[in-house]
Amino acid sequence: MVVGLIGLIAIRGLGIYWPSVIHQIDVQKIDGSSEVLIGEIYDSEIVSRGRLEGAGIKLEGDEQFFDRTLYKVGNREIYGVDFKWVLNNKIKSEVYPQDIVVFERREWGNLYGFIENVKENNVIQPVTDVWGDFQSRVERALDLHDEIKVIEKDEIGRINAALERLRLSAKKLELNGSLTPEKIIEIEAGTAAQNKLYEGLQGRLAALYAEIKRDQVVVKVASGQSVDISISEIVRTWMPNKMGVFEKIGFYITSAWLFVSDEPREANTEGGIFPAIFGTVMMVIIMSIIVTPFGIIAAIYLKEYASQGFITRTIRIAVNNLAGVPSIVYGVFGLGFFVYFLGGNIDQLFFPAALPAPTFGTPGILWASLTLAILTLPVVIVATEEGLSRVPKNIREGSLALGATKWETLWKTVLPMASPAMMTGLILAVARAAGEVAPLMLVGVVKLAPSLPLDMTFPYLHLDRKFMHLGFHIYDVGFQSPNIEAARPLVYATAFLLVVVIIFLNLAAISVRNRLREKFKDDDN
Amino acid sequence: MNNPDSVEMENQNSQKQSDICLEVNNLKLFYSEKEALHGINMSVPRHKVTAFIGPSGCGKSTLLRCFNRMNDLVDDVRIEGGITIEGKDIYDKSVNVADLRRRVGMVFQKPNPFPKSIYENVAYGLRIQGVNNRRRLDEAVESALKSAALWEEVKDRLEDSAFGLSGGQQQRLVIARAIAIEPEVLLLDEPASALDPISTLKIEELIYELKDRYTILIVTHNMQQAARVSDKTAFLYMGDLIEFDDTNKIFTNPKKKKTEDYITGRYG
Repeated sequence: MVVGLIGLIAIRGLGIYWPSVIHQIDVQKIDGSSEVLIGEIYDSEIVSRGRLEGAGIKLEGDEQFFDRTLYKVGNREIYGVDFKWVLNNKIKSEVYPQDIVVFERREWGNLYGFIENVKENNVIQPVTDVWGDFQSRVERALDLHDEIKVIEKDEIGRINAALERLRLSAKKLELNGSLTPEKIIEIEAGTAAQNKLYEGLQGRLAALYAEIKRDQVVVKVASGQSVDISISEIVRTWMPNKMGVFEKIGFYITSAWLFVSDEPREANTEGGIFPAIFGTVMMVIIMSIIVTPFGIIAAIYLKEYASQGFITRTIRIAVNNLAGVPSIVYGVFGLGFFVYFLGGNIDQLFFPAALPAPTFGTPGILWASLTLAILTLPVVIVATEEGLSRVPKNIREGSLALGATKWETLWKTVLPMASPAMMTGLILAVARAAGEVAPLMLVGVVKLAPSLPLDMTFPYLHLDRKFMHLGFHIYDVGFQSPNIEAARPLVYATAFLLVVVIIFLNLAAISVRNRLREKFKDDDN
Repeated sequence: MNNPDSVEMENQNSQKQSDICLEVNNLKLFYSEKEALHGINMSVPRHKVTAFIGPSGCGKSTLLRCFNRMNDLVDDVRIEGGITIEGKDIYDKSVNVADLRRRVGMVFQKPNPFPKSIYENVAYGLRIQGVNNRRRLDEAVESALKSAALWEEVKDRLEDSAFGLSGGQQQRLVIARAIAIEPEVLLLDEPASALDPISTLKIEELIYELKDRYTILIVTHNMQQAARVSDKTAFLYMGDLIEFDDTNKIFTNPKKKKTEDYITGRYG
């Protein structure tokens, strides 16, 4: 069943980037006139006569059921909707023109149409190879776009960080009461220098924006009208009806790669999900780093050191019950305790200059990891205790009889032998944590994070940042999206990726466990 | 009957100062309320093999485990009386149990090598003592394995897992591990009971070799074995030390009826 489910998700999720054939159909409209539509088949279903008539569609004949097909027609800014249901018996003709072009754009979704000619500064360019010329212009626009992005994200980001640092140091000095006139001058000089840098960048940006807007492409869309599309808007173009199988495979691989490596666009309904994958993996790793020592130390204490009396039994019951607490409760706890209490106090103590803007007193990846660490702690404790009790008594005695203390015996013999069980606990914890969404919504996950928690600006690992998560991404794209139909395959693809990430994390942990198991295999078992 | 007894007493008295390694003084041991050992008194000579025999549940293993305070690990065990090793009370509060166990090595009934290489198994005790000098370890491992008559069999695969050895080899490895830290006393708790006859023979030869250097106490079910390897034999029954004497006397001319019954196989 699990395999079946994964298979379903995989098929529906992986299929979306296969470049499907574009149909050009001639449809009879209700008023008798006909309309040309261009699009790819998205879905089909059988509807009853009653339902169609209820929707005000006049029908001939006396069939009770009709086939209808959902076409993704794109061109949202022209038609208003980018999906259309068409009754199959209303289709008068259907052709597959070779030179239909699909434009993937940064805004408004896909556009389907025929390229007429290319314009530079609104002047039609007399070229013979329109497609080749167009491609080179797209290339150029993409390069410019990358350049703009580097400036906006990295360079301006660096200036902003520097400005913020200056502002904070001024605030800090002010709070200390040691803000001398010299310091003020020094800080103001620093600020001025940064502002000057910023203005320089602004000038370069303006020039780049002018450059990127230079070219347009004239596209004839299905309805026959010609529209001008700025080439700066275009991400990719392709002609699916002309592609051979190998071209399609190549296209598919690039698309899939873009999906996992790119950032999301258009309220997450387009583009990639790289930040979500990164956020998920990063959070799980931080969580593992936190939960492993805590869980193992707790288990060692409970199993080896605590006297097995009433209190230990109570603690053990409490730990087991923790595993059954609904995860949203952990989220609320995380928000109240970690974010507001711990984070708030950290801000008071270490970042008073930034207040009232919170640094750690706001949801972030650290708090999310800590919350999940608590959530998965019982799993690790129980598994570790299990592992400790499976270490044969005669091995412990052998070590003690050689003059090892209890701690030396634990450290050198018992813990290595129990390590496969600890890994099992960690595997279960990872599996649970990676799939958890509800508590994360309260303690650090966001729909769109402007930057990754790990980057090239000091201090590189930003534990205070909010992050994106695959599970939340599924929820967001699937249920909060403005364009459900367009987002649906993305939900499958994201779900598939989440499953893949979890499987991958598990496989990594399992391989470590198996290696340990091999190493510390007891010959009796 | 009285005559040999007094002679023996005299012998013991003359030995006392120089040749007595271990002394047990009115040792009582309780498992919560149940008394398992009822006041044992004995003096164990140095560099001799002393065997403990007796039917199952008579307390011989429990007694053996008192010598390195292994019984401390069992919950609800209480001990009265005392044991002195070289004149020092091992149940004194000032005694460091880990130090004591370094001086009193122990080998268990079932071979219990650690899940490590052969080399690391033997080096374990030394590493615990903080010895990390490779050359010292190499020498100690080699000499311990030679003493345990295992060197020739394993010298080419010291880095292999100890679990790859046969049961008899594992038991000799465990003995090597115990003697690598050069204890004064070696406790063997039915060391050959899980082994085949040939391995048993090897272990017995080994015990014979080792007694020049160590005071050995061995618990065994096998009376032939006790007769073969030991110099002195103690017969325990229901938590009492019935008889303790030279091995050949115990087996040829036991003084107590119970001892005779036991060694002639009338019960046990």
